[in-house]
Amino acid sequence: MIRWMLPVALAMCVAPQALATDIGQIKVSKGSVTIERASQAIPGNLGARVQQGDVVKTGADGSVGITMSDNSLLSAGPNSVLALDQYAFDTTTNQGRFDASLAKGTLAVVSGRLAKQSPGSMTVRTPSAILAVRGTEFVVSADADHAAR
Amino acid sequence: MPHARATGLRLPPTPRGARPVLLGLATLAAVLAAGCATPTGEVVLLPAQDGHESVLAVKQGEREVVLDKPYAAAETTTQGPRAFESSAKDVQAKFGNALGAQPARPQSFTLNFVEGSNELTDESKRVLENVLPDIEKRAVPDIVVIGHTDSVGTDAYNDKLSLQRADAVRDALIARGIPAEDIVAEGRGKRDPLVATGEGVSEARNRRVEVIVR
Repeated sequence: MIRWMLPVALAMCVAPQALATDIGQIKVSKGSVTIERASQAIPGNLGARVQQGDVVKTGADGSVGITMSDNSLLSAGPNSVLALDQYAFDTTTNQGRFDASLAKGTLAVVSGRLAKQSPGSMTVRTPSAILAVRGTEFVVSADADHAAR
Repeated sequence: MPHARATGLRLPPTPRGARPVLLGLATLAAVLAAGCATPTGEVVLLPAQDGHESVLAVKQGEREVVLDKPYAAAETTTQGPRAFESSAKDVQAKFGNALGAQPARPQSFTLNFVEGSNELTDESKRVLENVLPDIEKRAVPDIVVIGHTDSVGTDAYNDKLSLQRADAVRDALIARGIPAEDIVAEGRGKRDPLVATGEGVSEARNRRVEVIVR
């Protein structure tokens, strides 16, 4: 029993540390903004740091702007659900991966060092589409009625 | 539309040899089916403020619309993407709140070094003083200091040297009152020269540190 418990215990020690890396910071926060992290709700205040796996939600009066560590800018309007699904950024090589998804609401994006280095390395998903970002500025919306698809 | 390339957006073929009334019904059905393509969202490419070329592919299953001009747009629907042309006014109406929350653009400053040292040139010392007001005008600033080298030496050597240069600038900013926890130092070695050179070329302009305030 000890034999299998040890690796499990080690994995439990390692995993939260790997997740604890800050990948971006909230630079603009208006109205109701919440960060959902591992089933906890954290206030999305000005200056709050975000991590891989975070889901950022805005209320009817809310909007939020996030600067990622690769200089990508993500900003969401009211009633939005934005997930930072996957993020890895090597600051020495500029290699890595950024996958975000907008379950509902509106989102404006300016891509950063990752997409500039490797045009295939950034995607934004909605419930119905995948956007392959090749270095760009754009806006995207996902209608709430279809968020459950 | 010439600005947006749409692929795979064909209607199903009309049945061959159908009687006129049936053909009419089939056409009507096709039109109705197309009419039932419920919108699920939209995507609009914006003009890039840095002047770089902008391209975005919108994929729904096998169907794809490529946006490659400002205000080229795609409506996502239950039956795939549909290309259309948006406008600054339409974007503002629908995305004004999201765009209004966009963080200030990162601002980049370049500092140069006296050859073979971590000492800033006199001109760069003046540039460093310009960095401070830019930091102060931001509500929650964070600063990335990125060191670069010329192409003399190995990657391992230059990765280390570039980080040392970045650390020297980080220390200079801390000495001027910027909190240490707001400044990250990175070294990119010789991977990102300002001026392209061959291997092993001493080039002052490539021995530099970028300070990005954001």
